[in-house]
Amino acid sequence: MTVTSARPQDRVDSTPAAPAGGGKVYTPYSFWFYLPTAVLYSVLFLVPTFASFYYSLTRWSLFESKFIGFDNFVTFFQEPALVKGFTNTLIYAVVTSGSKVVLGLLLAVLLTSRIVGRGYLRSVVFFPVLVSTVGVGLLFQVLMNPERGIINGALGVLGIQGPGWLTDPKWALMSIAAVDVWKGVGLATLIYIAGIVSIPREYMEAARVDGAGSWESFRRIVLPLCKPATVTVIILSLIGGLRSFELIWAMTRGGPGFTSDVISSVIYKQYQAGFYGLSTAGNVILFVVVTAIILPLSWFLNRKEVDM
Amino acid sequence: MSTAELVNHRPGRSYVLSAVAIVSSIVVFIIPFAFIVLTAVKDRQQSADLDFSWPHQFQFVQNFVDVVKARDYMLVIAFINSTILTVASVAGMVVLAAMAGFVLQRRKSKWNGFINFLVLSGLIIPPAVVPTIWVLQKLGLFKTMPGLILIEIAFGLSFCILLFRAFVATIPRELDEAAIIDGAGPLRLFFRVIFPLLRSVIITVVVVQSVNVFNDFVNPLYFLPGDKNATVQLTLYNFSGQFSTQYNLLFMDILLITIPPLIMFLFFNRQIVAGMTSGAVKG
Repeated sequence: MTVTSARPQDRVDSTPAAPAGGGKVYTPYSFWFYLPTAVLYSVLFLVPTFASFYYSLTRWSLFESKFIGFDNFVTFFQEPALVKGFTNTLIYAVVTSGSKVVLGLLLAVLLTSRIVGRGYLRSVVFFPVLVSTVGVGLLFQVLMNPERGIINGALGVLGIQGPGWLTDPKWALMSIAAVDVWKGVGLATLIYIAGIVSIPREYMEAARVDGAGSWESFRRIVLPLCKPATVTVIILSLIGGLRSFELIWAMTRGGPGFTSDVISSVIYKQYQAGFYGLSTAGNVILFVVVTAIILPLSWFLNRKEVDM
Repeated sequence: MSTAELVNHRPGRSYVLSAVAIVSSIVVFIIPFAFIVLTAVKDRQQSADLDFSWPHQFQFVQNFVDVVKARDYMLVIAFINSTILTVASVAGMVVLAAMAGFVLQRRKSKWNGFINFLVLSGLIIPPAVVPTIWVLQKLGLFKTMPGLILIEIAFGLSFCILLFRAFVATIPRELDEAAIIDGAGPLRLFFRVIFPLLRSVIITVVVVQSVNVFNDFVNPLYFLPGDKNATVQLTLYNFSGQFSTQYNLLFMDILLITIPPLIMFLFFNRQIVAGMTSGAVKG
């Protein structure tokens, strides 16, 4: 868009040594280089994003739209099924993001310590990140089968009656969140490992000379100096958690009933049902939720970092 | 030796901790993957038990043939489609993002703040689904492979631009100046001088984004529906309905789809790690 309005005088042939006169300096860094990116990004991302604000206020069939004000949003927040999707999104994002921070940090400390089979452990923790989400969803759908699945089989051996992980409305969302953590914790671990490795050794040595124990040096040195890694993990996993769709769709399709629906699955369901306006309203709500959480949070987290 | 080793004061290795870690890793991570492999080679009856057991008879070849033949060789078509999609969109992302990242890093202008804002928005904002379909339909690209390729490029650009911008900063400007004095224009400077120097970050982008595009499920689901155009992730989704009583075939499909990322992981572990942790050291 605006990016592409390159000034033609940039292409005037003059030598790089030419004196700077009236902004007509020759530069080899042409704005034309932005053109293909800008066109593609504007047409396929910015235009739909702006269009979504208008079409969320309409009853829409792709060919014709009828302006109906905020009716779609009212529907969204009145229908219990849709409200459930909204709250589930927040719960899901907070639970997965929090678990990834805690587990990722613990695993990273473990995997940077003197432990046998460190390379193997790092690989095995990270590999699920690369596996197809739908594949993981279907795999755990089988493993979590209430009667025949091996998870409840193993719990049965220990004398525990496992719940119907995906069939019990109380458990469904949390079971999916657990699988999300299983698949995603490798990335958090990797980011934390990068953070821990970059801590200068002298700090730890100095702490040890001063008589700090393992816990002390973890709390006073590793934890604060890993702050950038923590910020990255929180932001990335919150964005992923708020937008997450594939795993939920592969495992329960929002069921049983609509107890594990999130905004993204509502968007898809309304789209399938042909309620394009309502579906787009869901998109706008998701947009607002994501920006309303991520922007202040990243501003807050990054500001604190400067203070230290 | 890394810093964190010093957190642990006891000299030598902690064998108890290692043993616990390795045993838990087997239970938590290895068993699920072993389950995929074992179920994929079982016969139909035994796979329906859903238990973790040694196959009575190995049916690898037969299951493989069955799953490939299912629905008129849908899986073969899907692998071809996914390959085209991955290669084309990753190639597009690399060239476009490298050009944009290069100018963004080199040229300081009043637009930079705005451009950086757009790049970050691309990472954060969830794409609006139905309006995108509407735009694609206007362009005549809805339900076509080129349309999906352009979508993948557009949604993947932000991440790539960030990586390229960071890497271009490490290339000395003197090189640009020397090339300009030798008479290179903007295009020649970029494609002949800069682009070859970006090799290591290009490998990272290619590896990370091809795994992403190959594993993508949502975009093909929305923008390229229909059996004829299925990508491999959609075959999983379609098969899961059809094969709900044939777990051996479903898991054979999962196994086959896991192989390309596994190969990437074995050969390009370092580049994947570099690309995925680039956010942790960002400024």
